[in-house]
Amino acid sequence: MSDPNASMAAAAPETVEKETYLGSDLPPAPGDKEKSRSLWSDAWRELKSNKVFIISLVLIVVFLIMTFFPQVFTFGKDPMACDLTKSRQAPSSEAWFGYDNNGCDVYTRTIYGAKASILVGVFATLFTMLLGGFIGVIAGFFGGWVDSILSRLTDIFFAIPLLLGGILVLTSFPASDSTNLYSEVAKVVLALGILGWTSMTRIMRSSVIQVRNADFVVAARALGAKNSRIINKHVVPNSLAPLIVLATISLGGYIGAEATLSFLGLGLQPPVISWGTMINDAQPYIRVAPFMLFFPAFFLSIAVLSFIMLGDAVREALDPKLR
Amino acid sequence: MPEPILRVENVVKHYPLTRGIIFKKEIGQVRAVDGVSFDLMPGETLGIVGESGCGKSTLARLVMKLEDPTSGQIWFEGEDMAHLGPKAMRAKRRDIQIVLQDPYTSLNPRMTVGDIVGEPFDIHPSVLPKGDRKRAVQDLLEVVGLNPEHINRYPHQFSGGQRQRIGIARGLALKPKIIVCDEPVSALDVSVQAQVINLFESLQNEFNLTYIFIAHDLSVVRHISDRVGVMYLGKIVEVGDEASIYEHPSHPYTQALLSAVPVPDPVGRDERKRIVLQGDVPSPANPPSGCRFRTRCWKVQDICAEQEPPLVQIGTAGGQYAACHFPQERDILDNDVPTAALDLSEMPQE
Repeated sequence: MSDPNASMAAAAPETVEKETYLGSDLPPAPGDKEKSRSLWSDAWRELKSNKVFIISLVLIVVFLIMTFFPQVFTFGKDPMACDLTKSRQAPSSEAWFGYDNNGCDVYTRTIYGAKASILVGVFATLFTMLLGGFIGVIAGFFGGWVDSILSRLTDIFFAIPLLLGGILVLTSFPASDSTNLYSEVAKVVLALGILGWTSMTRIMRSSVIQVRNADFVVAARALGAKNSRIINKHVVPNSLAPLIVLATISLGGYIGAEATLSFLGLGLQPPVISWGTMINDAQPYIRVAPFMLFFPAFFLSIAVLSFIMLGDAVREALDPKLR
Repeated sequence: MPEPILRVENVVKHYPLTRGIIFKKEIGQVRAVDGVSFDLMPGETLGIVGESGCGKSTLARLVMKLEDPTSGQIWFEGEDMAHLGPKAMRAKRRDIQIVLQDPYTSLNPRMTVGDIVGEPFDIHPSVLPKGDRKRAVQDLLEVVGLNPEHINRYPHQFSGGQRQRIGIARGLALKPKIIVCDEPVSALDVSVQAQVINLFESLQNEFNLTYIFIAHDLSVVRHISDRVGVMYLGKIVEVGDEASIYEHPSHPYTQALLSAVPVPDPVGRDERKRIVLQGDVPSPANPPSGCRFRTRCWKVQDICAEQEPPLVQIGTAGGQYAACHFPQERDILDNDVPTAALDLSEMPQE
């Protein structure tokens, strides 16, 4: 940048020399061909070599296929096609998991039951993540009285146990006659989400407070950035990791909570099939037909376990302090 | 005499100390910056030194208007910054930028270097049309001595010195008139410090920048500064051009600071008498009455506790000011000075 003549010579002669920013002289730079490594892609590389992550991911993919394409596993059997003469028949080569009280195939119903459980888990998690995350960002970023009000509000909701709250909500708004799976699922999601967001808020708030005073936020402020820009570009991307980890772990928890509510007869109602309702159905016959309880309970445990294992693996990859 | 580009007048920043969660009661104040005034001429470098907690960084934040002063005025090019609305202030920020201390925390780890250096253009879209931005960013990287092809890399792929260069490029992007450097080299290795200091100097020559250069390393400040201000407990105790501060400091605190600068020459090192200050810096929540340095000063007299010494001109050459009741120019390599604060013969008899 000292000698303008030298640079003119260096620049390709056929290109018209363009006035450069700051008046420095550099030959047109070729595009960056090398692979850039963001922190997210670093985390992904770490995850790819983690066995726990691979196992839980495979299981989750299987459960997702069950959710959206149950026919793949059931060989065209209809979960609603029941034959009372087969009531409570033990597992056989014809019906791997046996028949339930109404003579329905337990295997087929278990496969179809994944849909309600997974949908409740995913949507309850999304709902709490968005609501809790939003409140957490606002409370953490603005601080002061905004934080005081929102934090006390969070404390109040936090004090009510998730299941107790879910029972309260679901008994106050009893089941309609609707047999639509999606409206039933939405009701349970709301019942769980209305109390479940508090832990998300707390995690997000504390992680936003850590980032809020970071030097790069000061630098952005010094450049004249508005709050909306600072939140979107600087604060949220750097405080999201703990929330994602908590979300993956609590997904399993919501699936379990849905099963509990359904078991209590409050969550999803028959004829909607879910693991929780199946366990509920099986409860009077534990001694005579334990397989009715065992198989849906086993699937439920595996689903919850795989999401919790996934959360654990993600946490390890995203939290550099654990490396 | 040219007009100063920045005039800081009696700026004060007190942070309230509160007790209680809901009903906050103020129980005191931390006087982080307590009446600082200086003028900054275009093109000059004002170094500000002082130990940790003396208010250097708070002063930088006040000048940047990242915090509002409790009282006092800051005039930038004849305009009082306190009276600027948010919009006018945002426009003003183009002219005054900051380079932060820690290159490991001052860059957003989730943004590429291109996004970091290009962010000023996103915030002030009128500066440059969108199509020219990538080139401008590459230009800036080149200017600070980085490979412009690394535009898509992330900060963690760079070393500390390179990261600080990225921070400098970001500060430079809007072509500011003033850059406030808040300890920009104290987190770097000594060899890298020298490179970055030289970069600051060449940028100053190239773009006619004015610097406020904050550091706690006196030799670094000496190298780059035209004038130097020494801060102690939120006040400037001595200010003057680089030569007069370093060659004949007159405030006891300046003398003590300078005597602690490592001397590479063993002969000079043996001859020099270190002034070792006793005790710690008093709490800025409860500063001593009168002269703030009196609790650690070896020249202390009764008057020091009663009256606060004003910043007055020292010597005849002009340009050197010290806030001391008993200023005495002193060559720190001179042997016949009292050796330490422990020299009791100079202490007043109780």
